[in-house]
Amino acid sequence: MRPLSQIVARLASAVALCISLICVAVPPAGAQQPTSINPTASSVKEEQLLRQLNPTVAGRITIPDGKAAVLIQPAGQDWRSFHQTTQAWIGAITILGMGGVILAFYFVRGRIPIGAGPSGKFILRFNGFERFVHWLTAGCFIVLALTGLNISFGKTLVMPLLGAEAFAFISQMGKFAHNFLAFPFMLGLVFMFLVWVKDNVPNAIDVAWFKAGGGLIGSAHPPAKKFNGGQKLIFWSVILGGAALSVSGVLLLFPFTGTTIADMQLAQMVHAAVSLVLVGIMIAHIYIGSVGMEGAFDAMGSGQVDLNWAKEHHSLWAAEQGAKGGRSAQPAE
Amino acid sequence: MARMKFLCDADRCIECNACVTACKNEHEVPWGINRRRVVTINDGKPGERSVSMACMHCTDAPCAAVCPVDCFYTTADGVVLHSKDLCIGCGYCFYACPFGAPQYPRVGNFGSRGKMDKCTYCAGGPEADGSAAEYAKYGSNRLAEGKLPLCAEMCSTKALLAGDGEIIASIYRERVLKRGYGSGAWGWSTAYKETVKT
Repeated sequence: MRPLSQIVARLASAVALCISLICVAVPPAGAQQPTSINPTASSVKEEQLLRQLNPTVAGRITIPDGKAAVLIQPAGQDWRSFHQTTQAWIGAITILGMGGVILAFYFVRGRIPIGAGPSGKFILRFNGFERFVHWLTAGCFIVLALTGLNISFGKTLVMPLLGAEAFAFISQMGKFAHNFLAFPFMLGLVFMFLVWVKDNVPNAIDVAWFKAGGGLIGSAHPPAKKFNGGQKLIFWSVILGGAALSVSGVLLLFPFTGTTIADMQLAQMVHAAVSLVLVGIMIAHIYIGSVGMEGAFDAMGSGQVDLNWAKEHHSLWAAEQGAKGGRSAQPAE
Repeated sequence: MARMKFLCDADRCIECNACVTACKNEHEVPWGINRRRVVTINDGKPGERSVSMACMHCTDAPCAAVCPVDCFYTTADGVVLHSKDLCIGCGYCFYACPFGAPQYPRVGNFGSRGKMDKCTYCAGGPEADGSAAEYAKYGSNRLAEGKLPLCAEMCSTKALLAGDGEIIASIYRERVLKRGYGSGAWGWSTAYKETVKT
């Protein structure tokens, strides 16, 4: 008979062996952790996360809304400061600045007349499709610009005049108009690019045109083909600016479709900055195409321009048309 | 007047999501909208923490600053509320909000947003307190009945605290002092430009 203590000792060692075997077979999840970790002392702290280079506090979420996993995004404050301050400055500089420049130009130069006076003879400058494309894009742009400016600055400029309810109503309608007219505007941009890109490739004539002041400074009329250097500048700002507005605008139209909150903020900033610059450019375009120059509006109005206007502003193009003959000299209506 | 705030004691939150469910039920919040949510930081790592988050009812609220139709207002209790009659669903408040609080029902074309919905601190909206119109747009108005937000009231571990900022901060401070640790009053430095010194 072995002593009881020996049996107990053997049993104990067998149990210990079994336990150690189980431990080897199925190691518990925490087995690799050093026991010195104190889960409360090593807990994640908000302060540390906010001290990161690009501070965001995000984690895991159990609801399907993936963007809800971002707990705190301090970048929202940067976007707020862009929206409240930077955007207002860009708008003030481009719109009021351009307005001031044009007013000064009008007082110095007045309306630019046709030097030789109207000839009474007309030549076709833009055909029906060209004019349709222009007015499709222009019409959309004006509504998009006004509704966009309303959402950016209406709270300060328009709301005090209309009251909160009426202003909210027109802003709501403006939002719908802005969303829907985006599509014909983009269509217009595509057509515009296809119709006019061949006449808008920059060349040496444009350099000479700019050197001569483009006819804006001084009274010289530097030669130009269908589009002069200034018009090419307008064309490319519309195409490139329009492309930037289209990309950022579509991202904004479909919020959080493959984009994060940072992408959405960036898209809004690009959309606002580019559109304000483009509005400034368009104010100049509208001025020179209407009040600012005798005979200019006809190009997009009836499509027929006065022969003397064409010879002064687009001498090379007028000569080309004359050489082609046929439709160049039509009697006045 | 009290200055109402939320404080989530992440060392107590067990991520049960009861606050989320209670909120949805109390206010009949539609599908796809969560006025409150629970986010787990460093999930599965030692020292992970869960934080229950909704609108923090910020001081100098960013949403109100960027709103193009000025639909936000702050009550005498410091609660940030908005008018769904004025809201046009532009989404700007979501870009500015540090806490992702504004929610939009998906109505109409594209990804376009309906009237914004967010935590009201159980304080309804501009309509008459406790009216049917108020309930339909914003949910129940517990504050007008002298009750605190339901999410905090029914929190099983009392991790989520709601009430006057001074009082809930002192409760949290006392807890940290007694147990010897605390991961901080999440969101306070961003929302209220102050931290709870412990």
